[in-house]
Amino acid sequence: MNSARPQCTAYLTADDYRRVVITGLGAISPLGLTVNDMWAGLCAGACGIKKITAFDPAGFDCQLAGQVPDYKIQEYVPKSHRKAVKLMSKDIELAVVAAKEAMTDSGLVTKGIDPEKINVTPERMAINMGAGLISCDVVEMAPAVAASIADGKFDMRKWGKDGLDLVTPLWLLKYLPNMLACHIGIIHDIEGPSNTITCAEVAGYIAIAEAAEIIARGSSDIALAGGAESKINPVLIMRQCLIKRATTQHNDDSEAACRPFDAEASGSVFGDGGGIVVLENLDNAIKRGARIYAEIIGTGQSTSINPAYEHIESDGYGLTIAIENAIAQANISPKDIDLIIPHGVGIPQDDAAEAKAIEAAMGTETKRIPVWPTKSMLSNTGAACGGLDVIAAVCAMRDSLIPAAKNCTKKAAECNLNIVKEAVKADIRCILCCGYTYGGQTAAVILKKFEN
Amino acid sequence: MTHDGKNERVVITGMGIICPLGHDVETMWQAVLAGKSGAAKTTIFDASTFPTTFSSEVKDYDFTKFTKNPNLHKDGNRGSKFAVGAAVQACKQAGIDVETDTPADGIDRKRMGIYLGAGEGAANHEAFFGAIAAGWDNQTNQMDWTKWAHTAAVEMKAMHELEQEANMPAAHIAMLTGARGPVRSCLTACAASTQSVGEATMIIRRGGADVVIAGGAHSMIHPLGITGFSRLTALSRRNDSPETASRPFSASRDGFVIGEGAAIVILESLDSAKKRGVKILAEVIGYGSSSDAFRITDMHEEGRGAIQAMTRALADAGISCGDVNYINTHGTSTSENDSIETKAIKAVFKEKAKNTPASSVKSTLGHLIGAAGAAELITCVLAIRDNIVPPTMNLNDPAPELDLDYVPNKPRKMQVDIAMNESFGFGGQNNVVIIKRFREN
Repeated sequence: MNSARPQCTAYLTADDYRRVVITGLGAISPLGLTVNDMWAGLCAGACGIKKITAFDPAGFDCQLAGQVPDYKIQEYVPKSHRKAVKLMSKDIELAVVAAKEAMTDSGLVTKGIDPEKINVTPERMAINMGAGLISCDVVEMAPAVAASIADGKFDMRKWGKDGLDLVTPLWLLKYLPNMLACHIGIIHDIEGPSNTITCAEVAGYIAIAEAAEIIARGSSDIALAGGAESKINPVLIMRQCLIKRATTQHNDDSEAACRPFDAEASGSVFGDGGGIVVLENLDNAIKRGARIYAEIIGTGQSTSINPAYEHIESDGYGLTIAIENAIAQANISPKDIDLIIPHGVGIPQDDAAEAKAIEAAMGTETKRIPVWPTKSMLSNTGAACGGLDVIAAVCAMRDSLIPAAKNCTKKAAECNLNIVKEAVKADIRCILCCGYTYGGQTAAVILKKFEN
Repeated sequence: MTHDGKNERVVITGMGIICPLGHDVETMWQAVLAGKSGAAKTTIFDASTFPTTFSSEVKDYDFTKFTKNPNLHKDGNRGSKFAVGAAVQACKQAGIDVETDTPADGIDRKRMGIYLGAGEGAANHEAFFGAIAAGWDNQTNQMDWTKWAHTAAVEMKAMHELEQEANMPAAHIAMLTGARGPVRSCLTACAASTQSVGEATMIIRRGGADVVIAGGAHSMIHPLGITGFSRLTALSRRNDSPETASRPFSASRDGFVIGEGAAIVILESLDSAKKRGVKILAEVIGYGSSSDAFRITDMHEEGRGAIQAMTRALADAGISCGDVNYINTHGTSTSENDSIETKAIKAVFKEKAKNTPASSVKSTLGHLIGAAGAAELITCVLAIRDNIVPPTMNLNDPAPELDLDYVPNKPRKMQVDIAMNESFGFGGQNNVVIIKRFREN
């Protein structure tokens, strides 16, 4: 901890910004409840996408999702916070589970890990979560709605008089997006800067990028960053069906459903997940002898501008800018990049735009750099996918292994990317992770194998 | 970062607002100083049988008056449309060309970012409740999802669904302005737009952008929002007197008055502002963020997180509390907030606490939730400009233990050079921004 550094960020110079490394990983995904499960699944080409069981999907155009295996949330929450479990929507649970693994993995001991052996300073820890717009539990709401019917129709006056009182008093607190960070903050006693990024499918990357900035400028030494979201909610699945982003072609063939950059791609498949990393300033990590997974050497951001903003612009220019900004901050060139994990959602026009964006940023290196999309296996977990992909990147770097892409059997015509056909052993020094969302925001994060 | 490797100073060069007290900054400011209230009977939906029947609505707003390309924003949720109007005003004041393919304002669009504290768009409640009603079997207490889906697929509309996502206002501002720098959207409940201003300041300081269009946009005046806050007993129920219902720091306060709107400030590096020769309205000198880490349902009893956010903002600004001329409080008019915020101010300001004016403009504007922080920041800029502190209205029966100088019931002429803006979110996310009258050195 460098308490001697100036606290006024106004007077920092370029040299004062600190290096930021990743020292802990936590993942709950359709491939399992832990990072190891997810990585093993990705290496085996397993698919977490199945027919929805959380509700009867027969009436939905898309009946598939990436569901996480069953877990008992009580097992992930310390006794002191167990009463609050009833205030947790699924999104919050996923975040709490991933945060616990990340914290444990880092070797840092917070109040939530072991109150007797705390080795962190709560005021010097930050939290930055990507969160979706949490949709309420429709079944929970139903009795109140049923009490508000007049003449066979929903009646607002009846709702105000009779229905409203049937809604559980603390209902709203389950669904505010900032509650992911608040629950984790309480469990692990995180009293530093706290933010919730709500940039839909790119929220996880932006949360990680901002947390890295917070550490770099000295506002904290440690941060939990990433995101979590539960997309398996009838309202959210219906929403993606209505805006025609979900595939409707593979309801009886779930393993083949999500096909990033494939000629037969027909839409995305949504799912649940939580991907959270521990970020730490390098000095802090070295001093305590932490295992350093990777260094964050560059982040970049921009936005697509498209009047049809459910998709990104056709040339993906906003994503190109984000990648270029990250490369510039990292002070590297496309020649240095050994692997790209793209957003790769399986929506033909968005995949085509992303492929063009990456090609524009990577130039002649495009043909060389392996590109490994993960959503064919993990599904599109919204605010979780940035964190999950950063974790996948770290695992690839650690094991010097790039697993094979799944379901990209014949590349889409407009895609000139080098999609990884078969798993390859390779020394990986630099990885580019990039993403975007409906609504346009784009981001890129560059990880580097740690060298002091 | 400047060319000599030092961090940038960050200034405010434009402001815009769409709020219950008007659709431009000056109208809002005169109404705030006059102690007018934006609260009245709720008209957006039929709230006549709700525990709270009033709110502070934006009235008679027509976003198409603000833009040449209204078609781009026609599907926007209330917050998105408010954001468009506020951003156009702010950009205009800062000399930023909007809606032109070849802007001649000297700002590289790749160096212009967006950072909004923005909330959800309202659900189409007829479709939302209608689908539940269609699918629910009261006898078995079971949902027939096929029936639900059948109704939902017909009643829910694609763009209305998309516009419920919280990142939509940022999408609209990008389309409006052509900004291609860092674009972020955050939602830390009632603290969101103070956080957006604070983090955007940090982006510019480090050189990540020259300009950031920052602020907030939100409307929670929708059936589910009002239901949620009503069940939390957070809203004032003074249905017989909406205009006096928001009464921060008074003994008879009984909850906040929900408002809506958008407030945008143009943050710019001093270097860029000077190069462009635009008028500088104030300088952002400090930002602090914290987490209560206490309880989901309550603020920390001693205001631990609020104290930390203030302390960090002061340290970031490199000033002491004695330098602060005015505190624009979070001051929601809830029993808990006003009492804990008072404690926290006392803990930080110590003997200076009672001599530092601390007022709440929520007594006039209502609580704009995600947009509150930025709207209140604008009143801080104006307080500095005009050397006048806006009042806390409806403060006729001060609670005994709440004994700060809340500037009751009428504005006060006084020198204001440094103002502190406080915002605290449900769940314990706290943000404080400090601004200063701009001086070259």
